[in-house]
Amino acid sequence: MDFILIAVIVLGAIGLIAALVLFAASKKFAVYEDPRIAQVSELLPGANCGGCGFPGCSGMADALVKGADAGSLDGLSCPVGGAVVMGKVADLLGMAIANSEPMVAVVRCNGTCEHRQKIAEYAGLRTCAAMHACGAGETACGFGCLGCGDCMEACQFGAIHVNPETGIPEVDEEKCTSCGACVKACPRNIIELRKKGPKGRRVYVSCVNKDKGPAAMKACAVSCIGCGKCEKECPFGAITVENNLAYIDFGKCRLCRKCEKVCPKHAIVAVNFPAPKPKPEEEERKEETV
Amino acid sequence: MSKLIVSLSPHAHGTDSVERNMYGVIIALMPALLVSFYFFGLGSVVVTATSVAACVFFEWAISKYILKQERNSVLDGSAILTGLLLAFNLPSNLPAWIIIIGALFAIGVAKMTFGGLGNNLFNPALVGRAALLVAFPAQMTTWPKVGQWGSYLDAETGATPLSIMKDAIKSGDASLLNQLPDSLSLFLGNHPDGGGAMGEICGLALLVGLGYMLWKKIITWHIPVSIIATVFVFAGLLHLANPAYADPVSVILTGGLMLGAIFMATDYVTSPMTTKGQLIYGVAIGFLTVVIRNWGAYPEGMSFAILIMNAFTPLINNYVKPKRFGEVAK
Amino acid sequence: MNARTFSIGGIHPEENKLTHEVATKVAALPKQAIFPLSQHIGAPAKPVVQKGDKVKVGTLIAEAGGFVSAPIFSSVSGTVFKIDTAIDATGYRKPVIIINVEGDEWEETIDRSDKLETVEAHPELTPEEIVNRVKEAGVVGMGGACFPTFIKLTPPPTAKAECVIINAVECEPYITADFRLMMEHADEILVGLELLMIAAKVTTGYIGIETNKPAAIELLTEKVITKFNVQSSKFNVSVVPLKQRYPQGGEKQLVDAVIQRQVPAPPAIPVNVGAIVQNVGTAFAVYEAVMKHKPLFERYTTVTGKRLANPGNFLVRMGTPMQDLIDACGGMPEGDNKLLAGGPMMGKALTSTEVPICKGTNSVTIISDDEARRKEPQPCIRCAKCVGVCPMGLEPYLLAKLSEIKNWERAEQEDIVSCIECGSCQFTCPAHRPLLDNIRQGKATVMGIIRSRAAKK
Repeated sequence: MDFILIAVIVLGAIGLIAALVLFAASKKFAVYEDPRIAQVSELLPGANCGGCGFPGCSGMADALVKGADAGSLDGLSCPVGGAVVMGKVADLLGMAIANSEPMVAVVRCNGTCEHRQKIAEYAGLRTCAAMHACGAGETACGFGCLGCGDCMEACQFGAIHVNPETGIPEVDEEKCTSCGACVKACPRNIIELRKKGPKGRRVYVSCVNKDKGPAAMKACAVSCIGCGKCEKECPFGAITVENNLAYIDFGKCRLCRKCEKVCPKHAIVAVNFPAPKPKPEEEERKEETV
Repeated sequence: MSKLIVSLSPHAHGTDSVERNMYGVIIALMPALLVSFYFFGLGSVVVTATSVAACVFFEWAISKYILKQERNSVLDGSAILTGLLLAFNLPSNLPAWIIIIGALFAIGVAKMTFGGLGNNLFNPALVGRAALLVAFPAQMTTWPKVGQWGSYLDAETGATPLSIMKDAIKSGDASLLNQLPDSLSLFLGNHPDGGGAMGEICGLALLVGLGYMLWKKIITWHIPVSIIATVFVFAGLLHLANPAYADPVSVILTGGLMLGAIFMATDYVTSPMTTKGQLIYGVAIGFLTVVIRNWGAYPEGMSFAILIMNAFTPLINNYVKPKRFGEVAK
Repeated sequence: MNARTFSIGGIHPEENKLTHEVATKVAALPKQAIFPLSQHIGAPAKPVVQKGDKVKVGTLIAEAGGFVSAPIFSSVSGTVFKIDTAIDATGYRKPVIIINVEGDEWEETIDRSDKLETVEAHPELTPEEIVNRVKEAGVVGMGGACFPTFIKLTPPPTAKAECVIINAVECEPYITADFRLMMEHADEILVGLELLMIAAKVTTGYIGIETNKPAAIELLTEKVITKFNVQSSKFNVSVVPLKQRYPQGGEKQLVDAVIQRQVPAPPAIPVNVGAIVQNVGTAFAVYEAVMKHKPLFERYTTVTGKRLANPGNFLVRMGTPMQDLIDACGGMPEGDNKLLAGGPMMGKALTSTEVPICKGTNSVTIISDDEARRKEPQPCIRCAKCVGVCPMGLEPYLLAKLSEIKNWERAEQEDIVSCIECGSCQFTCPAHRPLLDNIRQGKATVMGIIRSRAAKK
């Protein structure tokens, strides 16, 4: 019996000493962290996507608290959480927040298999980066989408997928958080973050080809040839043509769609607008012929 | 005119392929295989066939039904190789059901769970052998004598040279070593009264295999030479200090040393990627083998030495770098 | 002969020197000549002609676009058709000058005679004068890299040149242009070497030739002895036979093989260990530029391929579309083909046969049938054969993996920027893995990171 008692006492003493040492260490080596950082972290989505530009949500929480102390939360925005989360964070920190427009990734290329003929066969590593380094790709357009899906790989939200029929990636508006990963991944800078627009409506030039007209037309049926008709037509001065390519400034565009109607190559695309209603005269004519 | 094909350079490729290397090693094992049929007869044929069939079956089934791979990995020939090497580590009177368990361990646990060819950390055949040794110690440590043509499960067993050496060390009696067959018999494999594992028995056949692999540039000399040289030196020093330790030539020619040095330690996946690293690896294996053989519980140390060093291979790969071109001495 | 070679790695691909014995033919003039403005490392040249201008052979059509740049001269006489964009060897549309060919009228300043001009006959040639003539003639590295030669001849103050090494190795399979040039113009090449040595202010010269060209070694050795191994010569020149091995033609490997000195990792260059390396074609171009006042507008090009009816070596005017040369060799073969500007190891695969011959096009290689496609890659079996063949002592399996998973920090630590993109690793890999594709990607990204880090400082 004695030895059991001794064992218990010895172990108990070791335990007690260890506990005291740990307590002392936790006090002496404690790192002070502002409790607000943990609170803000709780509010953030926790996806650690890096879309805010900081290393993970904890990095963003740190920056937000520092920003609050400095007096402003300008320039800090969580694209995943959006206005809702930023509002909650601003409330917690007792700050006001500027309203930012929701953005979405836009793939500015319509060079589908139908529109763009293949002139060569690529037999190497199937990534956009490798194909871009090899040359123009399998078509005659050295600026257009290569369709190997580097953007798809980069997206952490499953918001962009290459359509196997057209060979061009398509963005799921609901899932896109405009974090910008696909923009960085595309070796040809085809993807751009643009304003989502009211009711998701937006107008953009779906082409980034800077070749002169004849060369661009030969490569793709719907390429922008830089003719400038859209620039002249736009009543708001939102379109500029530079290097044989038209660009619509989404800050100035009012979605009037005049440019789309006047583009001879159908290179300008308008999304999420209602389908055009048939005119009344046409309906009468149809009834007559039937 | 059909479209031109494009890709980045290089636009040419040598004649080497995974299949060429795997089948090359299998061909290198043929002399040892034929010799084991000669010495161990029916038992050897049954054990080899069962082991190869089981390994191939398990790899095919796992690749098709569990991993659902497009191109079934059994086609590259590595399963046949694992089957042969596993069989070479076994006694020729091992019952079929034990062999199948061994194959399941080798392919299923040691190879496929890690991700298949190229990703395993430990040598699959050795993991199979080690698992069987631990699970079935009695069956795995009784070795049939050579020369029994028609017997399989009923083969008569006897002491192996390794067990003789172990006794000598334990008792400290050097005269026991006189029971060892002479070096030539050990080299050719016709031990008068003893046995061993199927593949270990004939050093000559294994050396022929080594020659073939070096000629076909399947492996380089670094690992086999460093292992054998280290064992020779270390065992030699021990023998000089105390004659109860066997002479270095016998040490090299007995047990799984030649088989391990030539075929098991040189496995691509589990050995280091630089020649410097391979030499370090070989020296360590040689050292550990002698240590385990002399002072460990088991008479055979090679398999455990290789498995231990397999675990160190990633560390060696991390720190041992090849000599860079134009390296400026710091 | 006791031949040397470089010390680390290397492979021995099938030679396929189909055109070894085929004497050089003069290629027919094209109907339209296309001159890309970027045929060299550095800033693209700037056009000095416009649509409708008449030009002769040797007329300046584009001036150098900066310090690291070179002028471009017309190789044909005719009228400038337009200044437009066209697909060049990079695979992209780039600015070009297109000239409609009319007749074959040369500039009067060019000496078209066959007379061999010697340095002794021209005492006015100071090092500065030679470098200047080389610069104005637009001479660039003819081995394929196209680095402006005049810059190489004037090393930075921190480096001192000790010798000139002529790269006559031609280690790539198929290509025989340099060999034919040596057999047909050995005297001019040696005068070119002399000019290079004077310009670089050195007295030692080496000519590295692989042992698969015994006729060239014999011929040049004989001529070197008669020209340089005489009492009056202040130069010390030797022909160095080298064991056949790829990539011996790589600058760093050649310097290691010839003078047993290894150039350290970038940003070090061969002149940091005292060697100036020039391709044998460049030496010939230097002779023509300095002695014959002939700017760079034509070159020796091999047109070859196993399925070509009549592969051959051509003296071709730059700007000639490749289709013309392929037609002269019997036309493009039926079936699957890869059209390469250069050899099979480092050549560029092209999407169009209309790409023109440029300053660095030493070969047009056609790879056909099975050889034109890659096999399916299998998982890495960790055989370490790639480590054994890498001439820079790197670990390709590791660099490829790090590039794939985008671990740039570790890739930089593993010296990915030292890779010379020779392709030995991918050639050897039994699992047919696209090692170089991945490493190239990683190398470009890491070099970008290093540049932006330096720019921030």
